[in-house]
Order: sequence, then C-alpha cells, then structure tokens
Amino acid sequence: MIAELTARELRRYSRHLLIPEIGLSGQERLATARVLVVGAGGLGSPVLQYLAAAGVGRIGIADDDVVDETNLQRQTLFVTSDIGRPKAEAAAERVRAINPFVGADAIGARFEQRNARALVALYDVVLDCSDRFPTRYLVNDACVLEGKPDVYASIFRFDGQVAVFTRDGPCYRCLYPEPPPSMSVPTCAEGGVLGVLAGIVGAWQANEALKLLLGIGEPLVGRLMLIDALSARTREVHFQRDVRCVLCGESPKLDDAIEIRDEEQESIEEIDACELRAALQEWRLLDVREPHEAVLGVLPGALHIPASRLDASLHELDSAQRYIVACRVGVKSRWATRRLREAGFTRVRHLRGGLLAYAAQDESFAFF
Amino acid sequence: MKVRVLAFARVREVLEDGVRSLELREGARVADAWSALAAEKPELALLASSTRIAQNGRLVELGEVLHEGDELALLPPSGGG
Repeated sequence: MIAELTARELRRYSRHLLIPEIGLSGQERLATARVLVVGAGGLGSPVLQYLAAAGVGRIGIADDDVVDETNLQRQTLFVTSDIGRPKAEAAAERVRAINPFVGADAIGARFEQRNARALVALYDVVLDCSDRFPTRYLVNDACVLEGKPDVYASIFRFDGQVAVFTRDGPCYRCLYPEPPPSMSVPTCAEGGVLGVLAGIVGAWQANEALKLLLGIGEPLVGRLMLIDALSARTREVHFQRDVRCVLCGESPKLDDAIEIRDEEQESIEEIDACELRAALQEWRLLDVREPHEAVLGVLPGALHIPASRLDASLHELDSAQRYIVACRVGVKSRWATRRLREAGFTRVRHLRGGLLAYAAQDESFAFF
Repeated sequence: MKVRVLAFARVREVLEDGVRSLELREGARVADAWSALAAEKPELALLASSTRIAQNGRLVELGEVLHEGDELALLPPSGGG
C-alpha cells in the first residue's frame, strides 16, 4: 500500500525527507505501518512520543492500568491531571495530540493469553514496554508464533537492556529461558528506577522499531545492548538461537502462547493493611525487607529477617508462632510466605500491599 | 589466573560493585567463577537459575573454560518498564 502524503504531512516530516535513508518512500512506509506498544509506562512514554512524532500510521497501545502519581517521575507522556485515568486512553489522546496524522488504538484490556496472538497479528512490529515477566514471555511467544518482530527493552535502577527478536535470530527465551523467581529480581515499584533511564532506553527501543519499519541499518538482532547510566557506558553481548529453545529451537515444545505461572496472582492467605493493627495482638510481624529498606520504618515487635536470608534463617522462627509476613510492597513477602509454607509453617499470612499499604492507613507510621 | 567480572542490575547490587577481578585456578570454568562469587555472597543463589553469563562479549554456558584475562558479564534478567 502506498500512502499519498499530503502537503502538510510533507512539511511536518521534512527533516526525515532530507535523510537519504528515509526520504519520501521511507516516510510513506512509516505512514502505512502498524505498531503495537505493550505497556504505556516508563518505556512506553518515550516510545509513543517518538513513534507518533515520526508519523507511524497506526499505533496500538495496550495497557490495563490507570495513571498513578508515582508514575509521573518517569512517565513523561502523562501530566498531573491524568492521575486516575486509564493509561491506554490518556496515551492515545496524547499520541493524537502530538500528531493528528497518526491513528491511535487504545486497548484498555490486559495483554494476556486469550488476546495476545490476535492483537499481535494486527500489527507489523511489537514493542515490549511491559513491566512484568509473564507479559514479556507472552509478547515474545505471540510474536514468534505470529512471525512478528519483538523490540524488547527493560530497565532497572540505572541499567537498561535493548534487543530485537526476529525470525532471523534468537528470541527472548533463547536469552532468558527461565523466568526468575519472583522475589529475586525486584520490579521498578520495589527496586526503583532512575526516571531519565526510561527515556534513554525507550529512545533506543523506538529507534530499533523505526529501523525495522524502514528496513535500514543493522537491527539489534542477536545482540543484547546494555546501557549503564551510572558509568555512562554501553556494551553489547552477542547471542544465538538456542537449539534447545522451547519456542524457536530444533524441537519446540510450545505451539501456543501460554501465560507463564504468575506467582503474583496465585492465592495465598492474606490480610489487608486495615486489619494489621488488630491482628498484631495475636500474630507476630515477620518483616522480610532487606536492611537498606528497613531503615524506612519499623513496627515495634517485628522480627526482621531479610528475604534473601530466609532459607538460612528458618531455625530462628518458631513453628508454633503465627506470623504475618510483610515487605515494602508485597512481592518479596509473597515469595517468603510461600517459602515458609513449603518449609512446613502453617500459621503464616501475607500482608497485602506491604508496609506501603499499611502506611497509607496509619499517619503516625513514617514511611515512603 | 585472573578474570575480570562485570556485574549488571541486581547482581551488581548484591556484589556491591560493577567491576571486580577474580582469582581462579587454571582450567576453571564459568561455573567456577559463579561459585566463587556465590560463596562470598549467598544471596546470589536466588539469581543463579535466571542469570546469563557472557564471556568476552558472547553469551556462554556454564561449562565454558576460562582463560587468563577473560571478561565475564553477569546478566540477570530485568523486567522493569
């Protein structure tokens, strides 16, 4: 399909038209391109802004979350008055405001097993800007099975990763065959992230997507780009298709995109933050935050064993005692609760939302 | 022999340093380098199954033999976005 660019579009994109690698034909390719962005968060913000500005014809935005105040430190697509709005909707509105020549599809449903392949099939290139491992594996699997490129990026504190997974090279599962145990690798909500890193890494990710759409340059296929904002260094690591890959290897075992077990969603016995005060009359709080986190607010009477040392410290626990397991936001503590159950402790409950949720109930508890 | 170890993301934080040198016996393999670090920092055990290791800029398996002056990069997955 050839897009006939209008005079106004030619004017808008003139700085692209001047580049021989893009030119009129490249800009027309962008105008007919369809891109799916999974996750309108830290990475999704720069990605959406640059893809919209570049004139990508149709942009799907999949995100089932709403804008939260803690997002605004890095998610530059949103403004303060967006707090509480569905992200897909607010992002689509911003994309159209940046460039009225771009069509934006707000997909407010969760990107999950039942819709993953159907959504991916509608677009030419998919950008994985998600913030959870089950979604990352699902994006990869759906892309491999539908034959679509997956432009991947992730961020943590000062570190970023970018790679492109296509038919011509390895996939995400060749790089990381196994999802990590959920408490071993903190999310941004748990571990924090430098706001500007999302911009740096997301810009690289948008660049890779544009190169694929234009068919120019050397895509990051079979190369993992590592960005370290603290030392201001980038490196790359070469990797190949893994013949044992369950998805794209010699004898694949996966023939459909199946959402991996999401430990976050599994049910365990929980108590709500508003019940904590009363429950502590009979239950003891087991605080599994790491020492550097636990300087931020300690409840009297709590037993403190960092999750990373839980296995080695089981002997310090009394199996007759009832414990409420808590961490900062409720990810590590969920893992710890399951670990204690496996170790034979039956009287354990998990504090939903962590001490952060408790702090929201109790103004006298200093915490952030 | 000495190898240089570069640690990223969560592994860097556990090791408390992004770059360090590691003394290993001749003929040591990638797995031996990881074990030496894990002996020092038991928290690494949680990251063992998911961290990939590159030797001189190329992803390798744990059985790969190391040589004097090799550079190892420890790459845990990061999920943030």
